[in-house]
Amino acid sequence: MRLICVTLFVAVTAMAQVDPEYVVPKKNPFATPADLKNGQQLFIGQCARCHGSKGEGGRGAVLAQPRLRHAPDDESLFMVIRDGIKGTEMPAGYAVDTRETWELAAYVRSLGRMAPETVAGDPKHGQELYRTKGRCAQCHINGSQGGSLGPELTEIGARRSAAHLRAAVLDPASTLPEDFLEVRAVAKDGQTITGVRLNEDTFSIQVRDLSGGIHSFQKDDLKELQRDTGKSPMPSFRGVLSASEVDDLVAYLVSLRGNQ
Amino acid sequence: MKRTICLSAAALSMWAASLPLAAQVSFDRLRQSDSEPGNWLTYSGNYSSHRYSGLDQITVANVGHLRPAWVYQINTTERVEASPLVADGIMYLSEPGGSVTALDTLTGRPLWKYTRTMPKGVRGCCGPVNRGVAILNDTVYVGTYDAHLVALDIKSGIVRWDSEVADPKSGHSITGAPLAIRDKIVVGMAGGEYGVRGFIDAYDAKTGKRAWRFWTVPAAGEPGIETWAGDTAKTGSATTWVTGSYDPDQNTVFWGTGNPGPDWNGDARAGDNLYSDSLVALDGDTGKLKWYFQFTPHDLHDWDSTEVPVLADAVVRGEKHKVVLFGNRNAFYYVLDRTSGKFLTGRQFAKQSWAKGLDDSGKPVVLPGSSPTTEGAKIYPDLSGGTNWFSPSFSPHANLFFVAARDSGGMYLKGNAEYKPGAQFNGGGQSPIVGEPPIGFIRALNPDTGELKWEFKLHSDADAGVLSTAGDLAFAGTNEGDFFALDALTGRAVWHFQTGAAINANPVSYLSGGKQQVAIASGNSIFAFVLEE
Repeated sequence: MRLICVTLFVAVTAMAQVDPEYVVPKKNPFATPADLKNGQQLFIGQCARCHGSKGEGGRGAVLAQPRLRHAPDDESLFMVIRDGIKGTEMPAGYAVDTRETWELAAYVRSLGRMAPETVAGDPKHGQELYRTKGRCAQCHINGSQGGSLGPELTEIGARRSAAHLRAAVLDPASTLPEDFLEVRAVAKDGQTITGVRLNEDTFSIQVRDLSGGIHSFQKDDLKELQRDTGKSPMPSFRGVLSASEVDDLVAYLVSLRGNQ
Repeated sequence: MKRTICLSAAALSMWAASLPLAAQVSFDRLRQSDSEPGNWLTYSGNYSSHRYSGLDQITVANVGHLRPAWVYQINTTERVEASPLVADGIMYLSEPGGSVTALDTLTGRPLWKYTRTMPKGVRGCCGPVNRGVAILNDTVYVGTYDAHLVALDIKSGIVRWDSEVADPKSGHSITGAPLAIRDKIVVGMAGGEYGVRGFIDAYDAKTGKRAWRFWTVPAAGEPGIETWAGDTAKTGSATTWVTGSYDPDQNTVFWGTGNPGPDWNGDARAGDNLYSDSLVALDGDTGKLKWYFQFTPHDLHDWDSTEVPVLADAVVRGEKHKVVLFGNRNAFYYVLDRTSGKFLTGRQFAKQSWAKGLDDSGKPVVLPGSSPTTEGAKIYPDLSGGTNWFSPSFSPHANLFFVAARDSGGMYLKGNAEYKPGAQFNGGGQSPIVGEPPIGFIRALNPDTGELKWEFKLHSDADAGVLSTAGDLAFAGTNEGDFFALDALTGRAVWHFQTGAAINANPVSYLSGGKQQVAIASGNSIFAFVLEE
């Protein structure tokens, strides 16, 4: 008769070079420019396979963003690199020692965070323009207020450079997120919906129209599905705002860094 | 420090014992599996790896009435890539890590369960997936993420034997399904991103004792060592993580091998790097190499040749041949003579920019500028390839070869490549090309030539295999969760069902209670479909 429960006693060989008893500090103790450089080398050798050389993602998650879902602070980022993430393809970082793990963490953190920029313009006046002449809150959530047609701006200053934000104000189509798509769907019964794609698969598409209504179509039921790649529902503020007003609005957007 | 691993079979086995199920699955049944299409007895459906069902209850005309029969949810958050086996009404499903559950195909209810608990220190590049089991006689065999091969009693899931294949702490793991041949269990291994030395093993089916090992990277003094500069063969990888095929008449095992290590920096490993990115033909009794064919010499792009080799008869330039059909990750389709390994023909089946074509011997004519650089070089296909581990299908009924193909490029980056035991040994990376998201297709090729007959475009990347049937249907899945059927002769979509999670698995078909079912893993679940009454 076979035993159902087999108990094995296996001596553990500690391959991981991070001391398992190491008490992880709250803040990264190895974040000098030299550490960042070493972290970059380690990243390219061990992480870029899945996350891209600049954290832009691929098989792995996008790391070039200010907040990482599994690693909101330095301590948790260290542990993610050391232990991996269960339920994902992210492996534990074996054979990197404590300092290398911190250096990797420093580099990863640098990928998604714009250093504060000094820009021309008056952010206070920019805030006023955001609320009034720009009517930005009509389509963007900032803090707890605003509409949801456009992207959230609560911490846009931590994610985007001043140059990018200026381009977004003057030429919105030049700065669209990669997965953003405006579509025009014409059903076989003639119903026509123009809006932003919420989701799509091989057989169906879901669209939010410009007044917030949500529509779902089987592609077989459509007479036409026009993809307006590179088109933005946001108007350009070129000629609407003066040059100094653009400076002020950009200065305000740069100042939006969430709680950090 | 000590650790406990508990391997248990569930009490549900008592129920299984009362059912008139679980007959013996002899080698003769495996060999003649095409004669019993109501079962799915090997990873790819038959030894020739056709992933084709001879069942024809579900057809182009009635597939619109296909509905879920049941759903079984695996208690896991890991990715499920399993392709289950079905023998005499019972489904044998491997789960992440190497657990196994037997399911009643009428209801989806579990009959028994074997739970594999992972020890600490197991590492693998891409998560503890498990793609399937093998069956021989009264035993189910599973490879585990901690690199063991385990034999389970087919009626209860109780462990008959448990053999260590390799040390998991050095980066070895098993994610592929074993293959049962005569009296042996053949199994491959994973770990190609850790600088391990690849091999293919065979174990005595009754005792678990290793019968032979074929090293996919030669040792000093062995043929092929001259294709590795210095001592780079020691970390040469060439792993074997997807199930191969078997020709019982020739007693030959056909198995694909993975990338050389390190993946993207080949500076130190000058040479062709045998037998990486190859198909090897091995004697089933001894594991001795009969022949090899290397698809991508000195690979710098992680283009493992671990795709499923399909055995068939083909007519090439007017002559009949017993062949191996191979849709390779490097974006080329190959037809090889099965007896000699000689290249017969080949052509591009997915977007690529690295080779001008194949020469008369099947060797790629590599274009300049197709190597990773420190700045990043734009090259097609990307590291996931023109296709990948997910299965192709060959329909003898339609005489078509179906492949889930990808037209995607990447920015290949060369980086440092310092070997540390147990650490990833990549030597670079890849970034996506901005503005060019990966795009997938189901493509039907003329198996004799590789010529495209039709294609069906997916919304995004392809990451699931194809099943073709005698009802002239081709089933496949999408990253967005659509399980769908195409008219195999035209590529027209004739049915689809939204499963609610990404499909990264291969479909199977079998009879349950006399009715044809089609099953697929999606998310953490197995969906079985049957025609509505």
